[in-house]
Amino acid sequence: MAIPKVMGTEIEYGITVKNDRNFDPISSCVLLVNAYREEHAGKILWDYDQENPLADARGFQVDGEKYTPNQQENIARNKTLENGARYYVDHAHPEYSCPEVTNPYELVVHEKAGERIVEFSRREANTLLPSGAQMLIYKNNSDRKGNSYGCHENYLMDRRTSFKQIAEHLMPFFVSRQVYSGAGKVGTENRVQPCEFQLSQRADFFETEIALDTMVKRPIINTRDEPHADREKYRRLHVIVGDANMSEYTIYLRNGVTAIVLSMIEDGAITKDLTLHDPVRSIKDVSHDPTCTTEIELQNGKRMTAVQMQRSFLEMAESYTSSRETESWTRDVLDKWAFVLDALERDPRELSGKIDWVIKKVMIEHFMERKGLDWESPRVQMLDLQYHDLRPDKGLYYLLERQGQVERVVTDREITKAITEPPEDTRAYFRGQCLKRYGEEVFGVNWDSISFGIGEDPIKRVLMAEPLKGSRAHVEELLEQSQTAADLVKNLRA
Amino acid sequence: MIRKTATPANPLDSELLSFAMAADSSQKQKSKGGGGGEKGESGEGPQKLAKKGEKLKEEMDALVDEIDEVLEENAEEFVKNYVQRGGE
Repeated sequence: MAIPKVMGTEIEYGITVKNDRNFDPISSCVLLVNAYREEHAGKILWDYDQENPLADARGFQVDGEKYTPNQQENIARNKTLENGARYYVDHAHPEYSCPEVTNPYELVVHEKAGERIVEFSRREANTLLPSGAQMLIYKNNSDRKGNSYGCHENYLMDRRTSFKQIAEHLMPFFVSRQVYSGAGKVGTENRVQPCEFQLSQRADFFETEIALDTMVKRPIINTRDEPHADREKYRRLHVIVGDANMSEYTIYLRNGVTAIVLSMIEDGAITKDLTLHDPVRSIKDVSHDPTCTTEIELQNGKRMTAVQMQRSFLEMAESYTSSRETESWTRDVLDKWAFVLDALERDPRELSGKIDWVIKKVMIEHFMERKGLDWESPRVQMLDLQYHDLRPDKGLYYLLERQGQVERVVTDREITKAITEPPEDTRAYFRGQCLKRYGEEVFGVNWDSISFGIGEDPIKRVLMAEPLKGSRAHVEELLEQSQTAADLVKNLRA
Repeated sequence: MIRKTATPANPLDSELLSFAMAADSSQKQKSKGGGGGEKGESGEGPQKLAKKGEKLKEEMDALVDEIDEVLEENAEEFVKNYVQRGGE
């Protein structure tokens, strides 16, 4: 029986400063994340002790230097927020990792809350820049010059499911998923054959099938084995193949469908062999065809379009879900998935209010037609970039949203709440509440632990190896009974 | 339009307000997603469709004008200078 699909996303944002010849991305990132001031965030460490990004899911350990910053640098680069998120500087990008949620709806709410937190800190940071200079942030994945930054999805999986099985079934799923999960991009890069417009921001960057890397020779399936939970019971599937999406509908579908397919893999419900002949080539072929009619070759010699492949997954999902109890959101995701595949087969333009790459493409085409521009025009490239601009007044996605041109999935009230409140049904609730209630005594945080520095006592670390424990139902009473962090530690021991 | 409201004590609130107000209007125009409303429209006469097409074109033209207004001015230089270090 598949385990609940606890999930989250890590978004790396693009950053630049206009009118600043000395723009330095790292110091700009530090300025940005420190401009977001929650009461205690300025002194809490990110706890690197338990991190192991060099463990490989195929069962071996990779040699390499593990990154551990000194205390001052650690605090300057890492902010743990009261909503349970981590907001930090990753290499030369600001990154927002949303708190753990249990369903795609909440995922949209919390990913969107992240956009607003980054935008709020951008405005604050701007007040500290020299006059005329302006920091700008983009929720996209590429500078169109061969440099890419990621949007990573994470899903909790059962350790008993073999990684080989996961990788085999996910390969054709990820290659074909782009038809609805792509954020759209004008042109190609990374020495890939040219095209005018493609479905994915990222497809040009995948050069190998399975590996541990995320920065060079990017693999379609990433093998990082860092569960941030009980290692004996769980894996955290780390998906690096996706795009940073703006559309709520697209984010919802991307995470919802992927979660269903992962449950099917755990339950052995993938019954068709869709193994691809050449996934690295196919991921680009699918991305480069906005008509979604290109057929790609399977290992068994058959040829199918990406939409047909997704339909095979949908059919298996329908039969899988018909014979068992499912999560409350499953039916809605399956209906939207079917709707989108039907529309893609009729005319992808029908999705111009729902799916990012279609929204972007239709917007650009209208603009080109009215202004007499072509795909090579710098203004067209600007439209692509500015679609992802986080400024509510200048960002083109937000402009379309304001005009009622794109379909909402969640409400602004929910997003606003998620800026300060953690999800209630995962350990993010305990993390967030500890920061709210005992922030003064929180010493360090990681996804699966929180430690307290109480008076002169040694640091006390509370482990949270179960992502579903620490929910409101589990700990509200405990928190109510604990006036101080010392009470909490005492009550936990009792 | 945001300025009409009294200044909230927390600066975060005032920033968030602009999002909330912007989105209020959009929600009136488009119902939020959730199961229903996915069926394609059918049974419309050609005249009605033509009229609808015309209206859509007007809407899109207005939208293009609005996009044009907010689009970064020196597009060529801006996209040239937008260079990121690889991440992840």
